[in-house]
Amino acid sequence: MGEKVLMKGNEALAEAAIQAGCRHYFGYPITPQTEIAAYMSKRMPKVGGCFLQAESEVAAINMVLGASSAGVRAMTSSSSPGISLKSEGVSYIAGSDLPALIINVQRGGPGLGGIQPSQSDYWQATKALGHGDFQLFVLAPSTIQEMVDFVSLGYEVGEKYRIPTMILSDGMLGQMMEPVEFPEAKETAQAEKTWATNGHKNKRKKNIINSLYIEPQVLEDLVKERFERYEKIKATEQRAEEYLVDDADIVVVAFGASARVSRNAVNMAREAGIKAGLIRPITLWPFPENTIKKAVSHTKDFLCVEMNMGQMVDDVRLCVEGKSEVSFFGRTGGMIPTPEEVFNEIKKLSEKEAK
Amino acid sequence: MAVVFDKPKALTDVPFHYCPGCTHGIVHRLVAEVIDELGIAGDTVGVASVGCSVFSYNYFDCDMVQAPHGRAPAVATGLKRSLPDNVIFTYQGDGDLAAIGMAETVHAATRGENITVIFINNAIYGMTGGQMAPTSLPGQVTQTTPYGRDTSVAGHPIRVCELLSTLSGTALAQRVTVDSVKNVNIAKKAIKKAFENQINKRGYSIVEVLSTCPTNWGLSPEEALKWLQNNMIPYYPLGVYKDVTAEKEA
Repeated sequence: MGEKVLMKGNEALAEAAIQAGCRHYFGYPITPQTEIAAYMSKRMPKVGGCFLQAESEVAAINMVLGASSAGVRAMTSSSSPGISLKSEGVSYIAGSDLPALIINVQRGGPGLGGIQPSQSDYWQATKALGHGDFQLFVLAPSTIQEMVDFVSLGYEVGEKYRIPTMILSDGMLGQMMEPVEFPEAKETAQAEKTWATNGHKNKRKKNIINSLYIEPQVLEDLVKERFERYEKIKATEQRAEEYLVDDADIVVVAFGASARVSRNAVNMAREAGIKAGLIRPITLWPFPENTIKKAVSHTKDFLCVEMNMGQMVDDVRLCVEGKSEVSFFGRTGGMIPTPEEVFNEIKKLSEKEAK
Repeated sequence: MAVVFDKPKALTDVPFHYCPGCTHGIVHRLVAEVIDELGIAGDTVGVASVGCSVFSYNYFDCDMVQAPHGRAPAVATGLKRSLPDNVIFTYQGDGDLAAIGMAETVHAATRGENITVIFINNAIYGMTGGQMAPTSLPGQVTQTTPYGRDTSVAGHPIRVCELLSTLSGTALAQRVTVDSVKNVNIAKKAIKKAFENQINKRGYSIVEVLSTCPTNWGLSPEEALKWLQNNMIPYYPLGVYKDVTAEKEA
């Protein structure tokens, strides 16, 4: 490992992308992902890469579609309203079995919403980032180090299974600074992309990148094949962090920025003699069902803490299957819950259990 | 026996799905002949757009990408920036290029994106059954202008070559048609120049081909060509609207 450097989340992520071999970035200005594009515009010319400020988010994601078709590691970044604009392109990318890296530095919504941190795009990222049957591999960093580490992970998993990857960050992680280490420079081994449309050189049959299938049986077969890949991803790529879960009566489930807050609340609860723990989903899709299910036997209460009106809590309930209580606490619109607020919720659950 | 006429190598054996009298087939052939003559099939990546020509990914014997509606110039930009030594072309209809994809078109042109654009202007949406296009003529009856295009309601047709010729990044903007042997020959020369410009790194080159849609115009193939000659050409004059190679020679 190299030495630690103090960096803003957005800039650390951008540098990590360059170190992971991304040489094609297409973006459009929006707060609070601004520093990613600014950093890329500075660095890409120095490494012989392409920074292009597109005319819209719609154009930017389609430039990513083109670059990914060519077989290179491409990337775009935006914040919530801009991600909505990208949803058409994301659906085509998924339907064309292309890997691509898409960053969402979330802000409050709906509509133009606000510019403060939020997690209200959880449903969008995990359930419906566009029309049709498809999923993205969704990673939720909770530290600046993870903003760095998840870039190469996102590319590797996306290329292995030929699906788009989203790093679902937020305005807090994007803007805050923490010391990070970059993995020592190594040529990331990229699998040969025999499917790429980079010119057949009269040596192979033509390749076609396409998502149009007029015959319903053909389309159903292709979608089913894609879902078989999704099952493999579910079986092998679930990731979650467990903190003081083994003996916990009350398990807080939180991802990203709200997990940082929740960890402090869990520590406060432990100091007050309450057996609380934290499960932090790292992959939001595939959702870490195994980790939640494992905790059900000893957990009386699950408390979902999110910076939205309750989105991931649906997935927690599906995993718990009514065997334990599941409650929700959230702030939204750019408001960030405090550790005290979350601790109070834990305390209320503990008092209810004591009755 | 000497072969005097053959299918271009850059076309596959997949039969065209185009209607009788539609000029897509002629334009496909011209593009394929140019690819053969320049010997670039192995380096070329085509971008098919949404519309009747979406299936062109089956017809051209080079690598092909199918773009979302209107986004072909953006997809081509991503390809070209990743593969600067390859030849990238888009094949787009009027709804795709001049309605839903106008932003992508104008910005690809103004960036001087080094790509080749084949633009089929048949004044109608073909694949969806004949709705008004941005290039439908004033008074033209379509499925969505059943009383004729009323410009006070539906606005005016867009003259794409004239518009794009004002942009510094445009290397070539030429309007042609394929209604006669003479015009087919002119069209082929324009298409060849549009590909050569890219090889010579001159920037965005567009060839607009006035085309027929007998099915949705409700005309026979022969009547459709006459309608094109009598109605489209007067509104959309043929000719070169910008050519940086000519400017250099002059």
